Amino acid sequence: MNPSQLVQTAAGAALVLLALGILVAGIRLVRGPDAADRIVAMDLISILIVAFLAALSVRTGHPAVLDVAIAYALVAFLGTVALARWRQRQAAAEKREAP
Amino acid sequence: MSDVLAAVLMVAGAVFALVAAVGVARLPDLLIRMHAATKAGTLGAGLILLAVAIQGAETGLTLRALAAIFFLLLTAPVSAHLIGRAAYRVGVRLWERTRVDEFETYCRETGRCEAWRQEFQIKSDDAFVKNPNCHPERSEGSLRKTK
Repeated sequence: MNPSQLVQTAAGAALVLLALGILVAGIRLVRGPDAADRIVAMDLISILIVAFLAALSVRTGHPAVLDVAIAYALVAFLGTVALARWRQRQAAAEKREAP
Repeated sequence: MSDVLAAVLMVAGAVFALVAAVGVARLPDLLIRMHAATKAGTLGAGLILLAVAIQGAETGLTLRALAAIFFLLLTAPVSAHLIGRAAYRVGVRLWERTRVDEFETYCRETGRCEAWRQEFQIKSDDAFVKNPNCHPERSEGSLRKTK
């Protein structure tokens, strides 16, 4: 794999924009206010990390980084599902205890 | 030629991803924020992966990038659905200018709230009323107008 200069430059620009995006989404991760808001922010951040890894595989020229992106996407999806279900169960438990 | 296309797709995808992040940080309530997170975010990541697929010299690389896009498109709606469902059942506060709560209207009109309430063992109406602006009458009117 030997990406051209143009594609490498574009990948570099994409990496900068994606890093900025991860930081901006981090604002919502910190501010919340509900855990569900943080789950949304974390879901977006993991999607952005997948895109970041894909751009990184072009920038560095290591195709193996793309495999990391795929594996991370699989794990992040499971994490989001688990967190969303956890929040829902927690709410149901709260309502059972204090109707 | 494919290099130019890949470069354009990559930058466009990154811009979409950044817009999604700004949306998640700035939009007023959770359900509105999810529009930015799941739609713009998936589109941005998908465009970048498409750029990787286009510029890849080896077939294996292209196929892996396409598989990643497929997987992303498969999982994004599922996780969005689960988060939205959890958020609604938690009773997150809606935006003050939200006027229509279709699920509440549906529940009141069909009387299916009972099963829902029993499932989650909720005794009062509290779980539904998260926004005083969402009156059943007003929601009904808005729904009819859209038909």
